[in-house]
Amino acid sequence: MPGDLKEGRIVVVGASLTGLRAAEKLREEGFTGSLTIVGDEPHPPYDRPPLSKQVLFGEVPANATALPMRRDPEAEWRLGVRATGLDTVGKRVLLADGEPVPYDRVLIATGTRARPWPNAQEAALDGVLTLRTCDDAALLAERLAAGPRRVLVIGGGFTGSEIASACRERGLDVTVAERGPAPLVGALGGTLAKLAAAMHRNHGVDLRCEVTVTALRGHGHFTGAELSDGSRVDADVCVVAMGAVRNVEWLAESGLAAGPRGIACDAGCRAFNMYGIVTDDVFVAGDVSRFPHPLFDYQLLSLEHWHNAVEQAEVAAHNMIHPEPLRRPHLAVPAFWSSQFGLNIKSVGVPTFSDHVVIAQGSLEARRLAVVYGYRGRVTAAVTVDMAKSLEYYQDLIETAAQFPPVAGASDRPPAAEVPIPSDVPDPSVLYHGPTVALTGHLPDRRLAMMRPAV
Amino acid sequence: MQIVVDLARCQGYAQCVFLAPQAFELHGEEALLCHPAVPDEQRERVRQAAAACPVQAILLGEAVSRGAR
Ligand SMILES: Cc1cc2nc3c(=O)[nH]c(=O)nc-3n(C[C@H](O)[C@H](O)[C@H](O)COP(=O)(O)OP(=O)(O)OC[C@H]3O[C@@H](n4cnc5c(N)ncnc54)[C@H](O)[C@@H]3O)c2cc1C
Ligand code: SF4
Repeated sequence: MPGDLKEGRIVVVGASLTGLRAAEKLREEGFTGSLTIVGDEPHPPYDRPPLSKQVLFGEVPANATALPMRRDPEAEWRLGVRATGLDTVGKRVLLADGEPVPYDRVLIATGTRARPWPNAQEAALDGVLTLRTCDDAALLAERLAAGPRRVLVIGGGFTGSEIASACRERGLDVTVAERGPAPLVGALGGTLAKLAAAMHRNHGVDLRCEVTVTALRGHGHFTGAELSDGSRVDADVCVVAMGAVRNVEWLAESGLAAGPRGIACDAGCRAFNMYGIVTDDVFVAGDVSRFPHPLFDYQLLSLEHWHNAVEQAEVAAHNMIHPEPLRRPHLAVPAFWSSQFGLNIKSVGVPTFSDHVVIAQGSLEARRLAVVYGYRGRVTAAVTVDMAKSLEYYQDLIETAAQFPPVAGASDRPPAAEVPIPSDVPDPSVLYHGPTVALTGHLPDRRLAMMRPAV
Repeated sequence: MQIVVDLARCQGYAQCVFLAPQAFELHGEEALLCHPAVPDEQRERVRQAAAACPVQAILLGEAVSRGAR
């Protein structure tokens, strides 16, 4: 009975951004039943983006980024407790320590973790770190404060670039090793990757592209690494920033569609089981989910973005306590930001879902620009560098599937470069960093260099 | 009290920086960084800053308490 959805037992697994926002929303919309939040970290929910920014600059302690509550979700918090399984028949969450927790509906919000260095022995060297949790950030900030001779960052994605930027901010020598042709190329394509590479070099980063790190060296302590071009980097600290792994192992026996790319769900956040049938009482949101989006051909998107976590958490919470006709789709246009080397990079849409780009405002030389991405003649994404105020305009073009390239004069200035050029998003498998927006369905054939003039 | 800014929404208007410079700063031209933990004596200023944000991107509130069970 629909009325009953506001009562009963809800369990949220994962006590971070998604878990907290969903819990608040459940109460806001009138859920009066019992709410249990299980999280394996000992800390109450905290914000991760500052961990690679303010915290590494030394301005904010790693344990000071707790997330504010919008309202008290009146939940039972089970922190420091890992969920080990989901019994979807018996409707219980199994815990590493303690009795299973029964549920009527469950939300999976277990996010991702840092991808570790593949060689376990090398990864265990003192000074080889990753960055995902506040404990990771505390350790890295401490190592940076100790004044290492050099820091090696493996991977030139957003996290790796932000770490390198923080090192330079602190006056530390830093080398970035990236397997692809430039930093950020996997997420933003060739045009902005050129700017990213220039920013690294202008700020004194020793940037090595199209190289692989073949071995980490040291006896107990990390002392340096060997690269595929035969060179060696001597350093005291190595940060492995090779992207994220989705926390789905605990669901291996659950019968859900959980795999390396996350847990597939419908646009209403209901999880699919492994047969592709949608479940009624298992919901997913945040970094661990993959969901279809109509603007992007209904391909399953997996995003690792703060804003998506918040929006999707709210849709999931709403749908958990409303019957079918009142359920809502998660249609938010993907959006993220990164700040590095003093630049504010913001994105809307899915830049990797593109075949061409055009610089619509500003220029690479000015380090202030808006790049618009198109796929088969319509606008699918836009990225601004120090031009955040323009972004809303482009978001509107994406939402309305406006024609690409956008008509001249539609923005406050005529397009800086009239001619769209290939967006040049490389095959993700050649990169160290995965794209932050990953299209996990069939990839559009971007090399199809077909110019689509205005229709 | 803790702050978090929805930086996907923030447009770098910097009102918050003028009103509560200890809590908010711009890094470069428009990248906003905040100090998430607000000391008691800054609460009022930070409240004013949050209220002044033209896109209402600043959220204030208490953290989930450490001993939460
Ligand atoms: C260093 C860093 C910088 C970032 N910067 C930006 C940025 O600038 N812009 C942006 O848009 N996004 C950024 N992000 C991404 C953003 O933080 C994430 O999108 C967001 O944290 C996702 O929230 P979530 O709750 O879905 O997942 P998570 O934050 O990953 O939380 C999942 C939680 O579940 C727990 N968990 C996992 N498995 C289990 C289990 N079996 N049992 C119990 N608990 C479990 C985990 O330990 C974790 O606490 C950044 C992330 C990091 C790490
Ligand atoms: S006032 Fe609001 S929009 Fe302006 S910088 Fe502060 S948070 Fe961003």
